[in-house]
Amino acid sequence: MKKNINIDIALTHIVTRRRQTLIAILGVTLGLSIYLFINSLVSGFTNFSREEMFKSSPHIKIYHDDEISIPLIFPKDSTEIVAIINPQITTLSKKIVDPEALLKRIKQEPYVVNAIEQVSFDLFYNRGQAQINGFGSGVDIFEYDAMFKTGKTLVAGRLEDLQNNLNAIIIGSGIAEKLNLAIDDNLTVTSSFGVVKRMKIVGIFTSGLTATDNSKSYVNISTAQQFVKKGSSFVNDIYINIPDPDKSDIYGARLRQLTTYTVEDWKTTNADALSSNRTRNALMNAISLSILIVAAFGIYNILSSTISQKINDIAILKAIGFSGSNVVWIFLIEAIFMGLVGIFIGLIAGGIFIAIMSNVYMGGHIGYFPIKFEGGLFASSSALGLFITICAGYFPAKKAADVDPVEIFRK
Amino acid sequence: MKNKEIILSTKSLGKYFNEPVKFKVLDDINIEAFKGEFLTLVGKSGSGKSTLLYCLSTMDTSYEGKIYINGVKVTGQKQNQLSAMRNADIGFIFQFHYLLPEFSCLKNVMIPALKLGRLSHEEAEVKAYQKLEMLGLENQALKQSSKLSGGQQQRVAIARALINDPAIIMCDEPTGNLDSKNTQVVFDIFKQITKDHNKTIIAVTHDNDFAANSDRTIELADGRIISHDKHFD
Repeated sequence: MKKNINIDIALTHIVTRRRQTLIAILGVTLGLSIYLFINSLVSGFTNFSREEMFKSSPHIKIYHDDEISIPLIFPKDSTEIVAIINPQITTLSKKIVDPEALLKRIKQEPYVVNAIEQVSFDLFYNRGQAQINGFGSGVDIFEYDAMFKTGKTLVAGRLEDLQNNLNAIIIGSGIAEKLNLAIDDNLTVTSSFGVVKRMKIVGIFTSGLTATDNSKSYVNISTAQQFVKKGSSFVNDIYINIPDPDKSDIYGARLRQLTTYTVEDWKTTNADALSSNRTRNALMNAISLSILIVAAFGIYNILSSTISQKINDIAILKAIGFSGSNVVWIFLIEAIFMGLVGIFIGLIAGGIFIAIMSNVYMGGHIGYFPIKFEGGLFASSSALGLFITICAGYFPAKKAADVDPVEIFRK
Repeated sequence: MKNKEIILSTKSLGKYFNEPVKFKVLDDINIEAFKGEFLTLVGKSGSGKSTLLYCLSTMDTSYEGKIYINGVKVTGQKQNQLSAMRNADIGFIFQFHYLLPEFSCLKNVMIPALKLGRLSHEEAEVKAYQKLEMLGLENQALKQSSKLSGGQQQRVAIARALINDPAIIMCDEPTGNLDSKNTQVVFDIFKQITKDHNKTIIAVTHDNDFAANSDRTIELADGRIISHDKHFD
């Protein structure tokens, strides 16, 4: 193979200046491994908290929002003031009219992976004198499970037992603990509409979120309709899952054309949590990126010193016919070589950090730290590392290319 | 030696230095160099002889007037074209050898050939070895260039200047750092290059013996040519 003379010179510089090369490589290694590690941490935790969100909130939710009553008399023009106005929330009904038709229509949309209806209501759990307030969710438990994987959170009982029993209930583990209840025990449930029922516990779940475990329960949809004293067509919410939750706003907009009810995507529902997520991500990204940039300065430094020491060599190369861009290439190749080796070792080191971190137990509902090997992050770290390396190499290389040989020879 | 072929010529070449004050360092220089000629440029320090050489070398491009090499006008050409021309047509020898210290002598000699790319790596190696042999350095070929004596290093630099068989070899005080014995060696090599290989040498020197034994001497003073020595016909 014919070896390019530029590469030849670059490699000779690298090999004869082993110590400096090694330092530059180590700098990149360190910066890249930390960058990869921190971004994996952030990404792992972000995914984890997203999954947590999707345990309780669907990608898109359709519900009947509160409406404000409109004044009976309107002012005729801007100079007139109407004294008798009292707009207030009309909470007469949060009912979705003809939910079956709407649900059917929604399920026809090609992007809808799953759509279910839910009747939600406030209630009290009573046992003797003890009382806990909470909320119930009337659902088709299998459809609900398909969306939220409720079955996986069950610590006792089975979902099947709820399906065919109108007096069955699945409660959170917090309620079970506080009221000293076990499976097959009976529990008195009073809804906010005053309906009292004796329910049989067929399942207990632990979602990992204390607030949910201490208050939530699942019943059949028709049981829930009885609790709210409504007929069989009463539904509060329609939950919809789509293939890519990140596109929820696009699909939400399409769903809005199908219904007049409020269509809310999970980003709106979880806006607060998401914004704090974003803040944390920005913070971590800034930190890791600056570490990587500092590491790239190692390459800048070492190339700069190489160039000022080798200014005579550069002058003679230019005299014997190397053009400015040849000289840039020689030093850029050195930077790229150091960068690539540094990136390679950095990926290995970052991978080791990730492996170690994934075995660190955090406790609580998190368990082991939610960190994974993400190919995308490995690729983007490498690309960014290489980009910064090339930038760090280019500026000294450009300086070398601008050396005026005459000035050197005439000294 | 009549009807000699012109290899390099200048047309009212002028140059200013802007620092510390504007100063005309070359004024209306019209010279011709012929094929196979050993031409020396002499003059006192500050006479402009080195400046003239660097203008001729194409490395210094900020001058007035025109320079022709091999019948081609080099004035106004792009840097990349000039680099390619230096690589193929001009060899350089300086007072200091400017060898790359990390490379062997052989590799140093090969670099311009590899850059030119007309020869394969093996062919370039053979040719570089031949040039070193011609200069009596065949035994030093694989040594690192920094391990050689000053005279040997200068001869390696000469071999490097010759590797691409350039038409012109430009030298700035080529014997300035050498003792009289090595000076004589270099001088004999130059004679051989011009007579046997029909190359042109343009050398700046302040060594009067060296200049006196060359084919022709151009003397500069205050940026002007004050004498065109006769050809040794």
